[in-house]
Amino acid sequence: MHSRRLRRLWSVYGGYALGFVSLFLIWQLASLYVVSSVLFPPPTVVFRKGVLLVRNGVLLEHLSASLQRIMAGFIAGSLLGIPIGLAMGSFRPVRKLLEPYTEFLRFIPSVAMITVAVIWFGIGEASKIFLIIYTTIFIVILNTAAGVSAIAPNKIRAAQALGATRAQIFVHVALPATLPYILTGMRLAMANSFTTIVAAELIAANEGLGKMLWDGRLFMLVDDIFVSLVTLGLLGFAVDRMFRWSIYAFAGKYSPAT
Amino acid sequence: MPLVSFHDVQKTYRSLQGVDYMAVEHFSVEIEAGEFFCLLGPSGCGKTTVLKMLAGFEAPTAGQILMDGRPVTGASRDRGVVFQGDDSLYGWLTAVENVEFGLRMQHVRKTERRERAMRYLELVGLNGQEQKYPAELSGGMKQRIQIARALVNEPKMLLMDEPFAALDAQTRSLMQIELASIWQTTRTTVLFITHDIDEAVTLGKRIGVMRAGPRSQVKGMVEVALDGARSRTDDVFLRYYKQVYEMIRDEVAKSIARAE
Ligand SMILES: Nc1ncnc2c1ncn2[C@@H]1O[C@H](COP(=O)(O)OP(=O)(O)OP(=O)(O)O)[C@@H](O)[C@H]1O
Ligand SMILES: [Mg+2]
Repeated sequence: MHSRRLRRLWSVYGGYALGFVSLFLIWQLASLYVVSSVLFPPPTVVFRKGVLLVRNGVLLEHLSASLQRIMAGFIAGSLLGIPIGLAMGSFRPVRKLLEPYTEFLRFIPSVAMITVAVIWFGIGEASKIFLIIYTTIFIVILNTAAGVSAIAPNKIRAAQALGATRAQIFVHVALPATLPYILTGMRLAMANSFTTIVAAELIAANEGLGKMLWDGRLFMLVDDIFVSLVTLGLLGFAVDRMFRWSIYAFAGKYSPAT
Repeated sequence: MPLVSFHDVQKTYRSLQGVDYMAVEHFSVEIEAGEFFCLLGPSGCGKTTVLKMLAGFEAPTAGQILMDGRPVTGASRDRGVVFQGDDSLYGWLTAVENVEFGLRMQHVRKTERRERAMRYLELVGLNGQEQKYPAELSGGMKQRIQIARALVNEPKMLLMDEPFAALDAQTRSLMQIELASIWQTTRTTVLFITHDIDEAVTLGKRIGVMRAGPRSQVKGMVEVALDGARSRTDDVFLRYYKQVYEMIRDEVAKSIARAE
């Protein structure tokens, strides 16, 4: 019994654990023997610096600044993008009307919008949240609209023949059938949000993980740079796992493969 | 008065290249209330087209379809549909939730609709499977859910588009027996589409044989004066089989020749 559970745990998480251990091991060896330089600190040094920055609260301050911006922009962008995507997927005139916007704007990377955002909204929170919304909304719209057009026509027809009204079909068929696509769009958007927030904070911010990177460069705090990088990696990984987990927990039945 | 009548119905599809295809023309048929009517024809002759027009999913380009003397203008609860594939089932709902979907849309109370759905799940032999999702069920079970989902709404008529075509031979013949007994108890009017002569003779009270497309119509009718359990080895069964076969043979050949 006990050993079987252990084996199961191993088969689920063993690969991950091994992967992470080897990642840090290779990093450690590389920084000790291959590129032995203060410019490439080994993980032990980075870890010690990380603990220090956690103790004095600096890391947490940067981390929460970035995370709050991402969350605010991501939630707002999704809340805007989902209904727009649903409308575009459901009604041809709406699609025709909005497609020029989405098709044009989505090719302007959010990173390229940083300058405009700062000019319009200053270097405060507003410009960051604007950029995250911008980076979120198009992916969510596109995926949602694609999900609507991927609904099998027979699902709609069956509902019609069962006496459902248009509104009922929207709520009880179109929406649930599209949910996996919406969630996939949001997951992709979340990954993009990380890129955007770091770029935005590099250029104009008073705190945040990107600002930490920039300060590290300015004051030659190489260890700080690496702490920020590792934090970004771990944070992204954790958020994505959480996303996948919640898709699985709350919407697993909506999609055959998660 | 027949329950359903097609009068000179025509359906022209416009293809993406702008070339028109007239699938059926001067299609006329009458279906009596309580009848089990089989529509048989070679692949691509327009059987699904006819069903979609009666269901109200597509409008005819000419002619008229009447049900209870009134023109069909759109989908309605009067006509339950069982689709050819399983893509009409709702993957996010359990078997029983799929079956009670129509009742839920009608705002039937939860306890009542659950009870009625369970009754129909039992009728199609799916007791014990009600909490499973469609992805967890076999092809035959999924078709049973579709049948129960349509029947629980108590439609005046059931439209079935090759519901057993994708099943293996054993399951198919089992399902045919069950459908026959369901029809014996409910006496719902059925339009049953198939390209399988054996299936048509097994189930139908009347069989309409369609010509190969384009401009397909009913070539002839065969009335099957067999009751209750029909055996494939009966002389009478074989005679009907032969009669239908003679009628459809040329059409199948034509449809294959046109496809080449
Ligand atoms: N939406 C459509 N647009 C254009 N042509 C169509 C469309 N639907 C059907 N057709 C054409 O109309 C003809 C009849 O199609 P239909 O689906 O009714 O045939 P069927 O008898 O149901 O065939 P099968 O037995 O293979 O299901 C076919 O030649 C088909 O190519
Ligand atoms: Mg067909």
